[in-house]
Amino acid sequence: MMREPTMTLEQQLLVKPLTARVNTAQPMDLAAFEASGGYRALRLAIKELSPQDVQARVKDANLRGRGGAGFPAGVKWGLIPMGPDAGVKYLVCNADEMEPGTFKDRLLMEGAPHQLVEGMLVAAYATRATTGYIFLRGEYVLAAARLNQALAEARAAGLLGRNILGSGWDFDCFVHTGAGRYICGEETALINSLEGRRANPRAKPPFPQIAGAWGRPTVINNVETLNNVAPIVLNGAEWFRDLSQGKSPDGGTKLYGVSGRVKRPGVFELPIGTTAREILEVHAGGMKDGYQLKCWLPGGASTDFLLPEHLDLAMDYDTIGKAGSRMGTGLLAVVDQTHNMVSVVRNLEEFFARESCGWCTPCRDGLPWTVKILRALEAGQGKSGDIEQLVSMTKALGPGRTFCAHAPGAMEPLQSALKFFRAEFEAGIRADQAPAAGSPASSAAG
Amino acid sequence: MNDNLIRLTDLEREVPFVLSDAERHEIEHALGHYPDGRAASIEALKIVQQHRGWVPDGALAPVAALIGISAADLEGVATFYSLIFRQPVGRHVIKLCDSISCYLTGYDALRAALEQQLGIGYGQTTPDQRFTLLPVCCLGACDRGPTLMIDDDLHGEVAPGAVAELLAAYP
Repeated sequence: MMREPTMTLEQQLLVKPLTARVNTAQPMDLAAFEASGGYRALRLAIKELSPQDVQARVKDANLRGRGGAGFPAGVKWGLIPMGPDAGVKYLVCNADEMEPGTFKDRLLMEGAPHQLVEGMLVAAYATRATTGYIFLRGEYVLAAARLNQALAEARAAGLLGRNILGSGWDFDCFVHTGAGRYICGEETALINSLEGRRANPRAKPPFPQIAGAWGRPTVINNVETLNNVAPIVLNGAEWFRDLSQGKSPDGGTKLYGVSGRVKRPGVFELPIGTTAREILEVHAGGMKDGYQLKCWLPGGASTDFLLPEHLDLAMDYDTIGKAGSRMGTGLLAVVDQTHNMVSVVRNLEEFFARESCGWCTPCRDGLPWTVKILRALEAGQGKSGDIEQLVSMTKALGPGRTFCAHAPGAMEPLQSALKFFRAEFEAGIRADQAPAAGSPASSAAG
Repeated sequence: MNDNLIRLTDLEREVPFVLSDAERHEIEHALGHYPDGRAASIEALKIVQQHRGWVPDGALAPVAALIGISAADLEGVATFYSLIFRQPVGRHVIKLCDSISCYLTGYDALRAALEQQLGIGYGQTTPDQRFTLLPVCCLGACDRGPTLMIDDDLHGEVAPGAVAELLAAYP
């Protein structure tokens, strides 16, 4: 993306392994990609490393899943049955980027499609997967075209398909495009969708690593996670851990970003653990003139709001987790002072209500109910007990009460907005309504 | 009256649906990517939609037969996914991002401008069959909000005042 003029591309790749090659106007074709060191990790793995060696490198690097949950990719791979009798196994790239406020995977797929293909290949080699699918949201038409082009080039060059590089190893990979619905990003719903079913989540266990797509062992990794795999294999776990420059116990760089009313919204590849303040004020140029920061979502619609006082926190999984939120996808959505929080949360909950798959009752009924209350508060027509009802929603739709993480995710911005900005919600109660009295449930049910 | 009720006489009057050679060929190609035919159901529906703009009732049985599931099963899939259209749409489909980043950067004004100039709301098609307006999940272009897609084209930083000119490019 932004190359330091004094550094060669090779040097840049050691500092910004994800974006040094990114060119969204004209991504590298196979020849250019290979000239820049592309597919060297694949060649190294096939010629000199066992699948277990590759797994060990990724595990040592402690590459944590960049889709939002932060689960170590090497550990996930380690749950896959190995051995000659393991049979058909699948590797699925979750490229269903639909988390509101998140725009990083698009950049990688449009700007450096061969990086994902190589990441898929190395991950497939490590897990001995037999077929790969890139589960891509249907709206990413440019990414689909570029990935298909990259796959075709790789196939023609013997890097993909049968007997890869003469090794006797077979692996093919296809782009599978979706047709809408945010829930497809939930990994078990994604498997149902990949199988051509309605995207309802599945019960876990069994986990996909044991029984995933078509009942076979399946690894599901995010685009950004897979883009890290080849550089780790090539440069080693220690190199990867050092990329964070001591800013975090985690290793690597992270695609951070900022959207909202800031001077330079965009995606920035930085050491993981960079503070939110540096991301916002240095890289995104700070708030636009006339706007002040009111609060921010650290990594998508399903993360808790944080305040300006939290800006000096390191953006890594554990630090943001301890502050009561989640790093999520790591792309900040900043709310400026012109927005009322009831309206902002109403927008978020309308999204979650619409995107609920309807499978379980708390989510299917609770989210529209939440929206109804928020709309009333936004219009100044709230009833006494409405806020208490919202608070109880955050429990009733919280972790452990629903089939998947959709509704609990929806409750994160709501509970934090109620915690930090309760007065704005109270201002939506109709003037003739007495302050809350008695049981919140009975007053809200009327 | 319920517009969703289908009378048998309407079905009987309908011209029999025949998959075109191109549609059949493309669906068969997609089938080759999966160990099980059902997996191609979404792609098959998208192929029909690509050729016809939407998925007519008559398409369900022949597509389902081709991929080896029941028509009812296929309808269950078709009605789940928001970008499979089970009723006719305009020549151009506008997908307006209503998620948080676009909301924070001017979605309300953009939606108002679109609805005012098109004379329709979400889920509706202009009387001249030119445009259908739909909301869509975060388009992953949050640094360029507010955003929308018209057909396969992504447009960012769309000011309400630029809507007329933008629409003019889609006759």
